[in-house]
Amino acid sequence: MKIAVCIKRVPDMDVKFKIAASGTAVDETGLKFDMSDFDGYAAEAALQINEKLGGGEITAICLGPDTVGETLRKALSMGIDKAVQLKCDAVPFDGYAIAQALAAELKGGNYDLILFGRMSIDSSNQSVGPMVAELLGLPCVTAASRLDVSAKTSGTAQRELEGASETVSFPLPAVVSIDEGVARPRYPSLKGIMAAKKKPLEVKPAQLGAATVTVTRMELPPERNAGRIIGEGPDTVPELVRLLQTEAKVL
Amino acid sequence: MANFLAVAEARNGELRKVAHEAVTAAKALAGGGDVHAIVFGAPGIAAKAAALGECGASKVFVVEHDAFAMHNPEAASATIAAQVKAGGYRGVILSASAHGKDLAPRVAAKLGVGMAADVTAARMDGDAIVASHPVNTGKVVSTITLSANPAVVSVRPGAFTPAPTGGSATVEALASAADPAASRVKTTGLTQGNTAKLDLGEAPIIVTGGRGLKAAENFKLVEDLADAFGNAAVGATRAVTDDGWRPHSDQIGQTGRLVSPDLYIAVGVSGAIQHLAGMRTSKTIVAINKDKEAPIFKVADYGIVGDAFEVVPKLTEAVKAARANR
Ligand SMILES: Cc1cc2nc3c(=O)[nH]c(=O)nc-3n(C[C@H](O)[C@H](O)[C@H](O)COP(=O)(O)OP(=O)(O)OC[C@H]3O[C@@H](n4cnc5c(N)ncnc54)[C@H](O)[C@@H]3O)c2cc1C
Ligand SMILES: Nc1ncnc2c1ncn2[C@@H]1O[C@H](COP(=O)(O)O)[C@@H](O)[C@H]1O
Repeated sequence: MKIAVCIKRVPDMDVKFKIAASGTAVDETGLKFDMSDFDGYAAEAALQINEKLGGGEITAICLGPDTVGETLRKALSMGIDKAVQLKCDAVPFDGYAIAQALAAELKGGNYDLILFGRMSIDSSNQSVGPMVAELLGLPCVTAASRLDVSAKTSGTAQRELEGASETVSFPLPAVVSIDEGVARPRYPSLKGIMAAKKKPLEVKPAQLGAATVTVTRMELPPERNAGRIIGEGPDTVPELVRLLQTEAKVL
Repeated sequence: MANFLAVAEARNGELRKVAHEAVTAAKALAGGGDVHAIVFGAPGIAAKAAALGECGASKVFVVEHDAFAMHNPEAASATIAAQVKAGGYRGVILSASAHGKDLAPRVAAKLGVGMAADVTAARMDGDAIVASHPVNTGKVVSTITLSANPAVVSVRPGAFTPAPTGGSATVEALASAADPAASRVKTTGLTQGNTAKLDLGEAPIIVTGGRGLKAAENFKLVEDLADAFGNAAVGATRAVTDDGWRPHSDQIGQTGRLVSPDLYIAVGVSGAIQHLAGMRTSKTIVAINKDKEAPIFKVADYGIVGDAFEVVPKLTEAVKAARANR
């Protein structure tokens, strides 16, 4: 199958963020970057579908400045066939502005399946995938935690709801955004990393839409009080219950 | 002053709590303006719709069809977008629930505008909507300004507490803007989890079990504690959902659910950064772990170093006793 996977480059979350002098972005000094979690699941899902069906071609697409080349190379080293960078100076916050650029690239690409992550772990918007589907007029399933595409014509998926799950069926071509549960991303092998160096990485200008949503301030949430151990063993239970009643007032 | 449309979510023929929350958020933004609600469901849902008047909707549009018995995103998003245009609303408010997050971006793209997702607060600032939206797994809070008109906003479950306004709503039937039976994406089944249990997004108290519980059957320990509180839901870490002890939908964290209850009790949970990402905004955090170096203690308001199998049954009894004496 001809599959496209849209991936975003995001900071590693395992840090204490600082706010940049502008007050509207995080300070990127010293941050490490990688493929957004759910996009890794989407890349793996694409690989597994084509491994199962045999043949096909997978294209990874990432919109952003030249630093995204590293993220696209990682996708290639996982086994993805080719990569496209949609180049812009900075990634806008507005998902619709991004979606328009991605849709312009995906349109006419004759993809059977276009995969997204459920959400990008930095913006947490969960909007770009279904917006692209609307712009392309394609059927769309969001947040699939199980995906079964065994023929070029249709697929089924499972979605997790609050305290329930639902199953859906859909025709191809389609847009699907991937939740955790579908596939855990593989680590690139040494052979994969070598092969990636020779794979095509095309750079094109991003045709971003005009942004109507902007970040006007970023700040750190109020600090939690430092943790407190109140005691050891089951004998501490009465003290805990007292604190829950008198201090936290939740009991 | 402007008029807003709120999408009121129903499941299995009943309005969900998030339906009232969406109306409440719309009312807050509307100032003195009108709030109308729209609800989709199988025939019969109209009988439930008037209840939305209690939190501020003056009119509820009801779109009834057998093909709306389950989530029907293509027909619902087409109808919402058409109604926003026809009614001239300043904006449309959805819940950032699983279904709301699925619908909101479709509606925004149909209207040709960007959207604000999963907001925890929102207000009008002149002609713009200004909203708070946690980013970077909740480690940073962004203030976003939305200049689009109409605006599309999804609100985080639990962030807007429904407040009774004493109002009442008229109910009006509305036809779907697209044939709901002709949608390409079809929801073919809905498997309800344990309906007797509270949902993670709605429960004021969450008791989460981690790998420290050692086996699926030992989750009885945390279930009993949740039952003792009476208003608690049970969550899980990824280690636990990976092992199949609990369903993926119970997972709390960076790649699971983001929750913010009044009380969060972590039992046998190490407190990995990806887990903390989903629960660090809880009001009070209790940790029970036998390793005093476990990172969960760094965020716990009250930590007990001890064996869950000894501490939790005692806590369950003490909670039962405390509630009996209230
Ligand atoms: C990309 C990515 C995304 C992730 N997303 C998530 C996510 O969304 N949610 C999530 O939870 N994790 C997530 N993880 C996994 C996370 O890193 C941890 O592996 C996981 O949270 C650990 O779960 P745990 O605390 O149950 O298990 P462990 O880390 O194994 O901890 C078990 C704890 O139980 C304690 N213990 C053992 N026996 C007892 C006893 N008898 N009594 C009391 N305490 C006891 C131990 O001291 C230990 O602290 C993610 C990881 C990655 C890489
Ligand atoms: N800059 C980008 N480049 C490529 N894909 C993106 C970009 N931003 C978002 N996406 C895709 O859209 C998904 C949802 O992102 P979001 O709407 O920001 O939560 C991500 O998981 C990616 O698959």
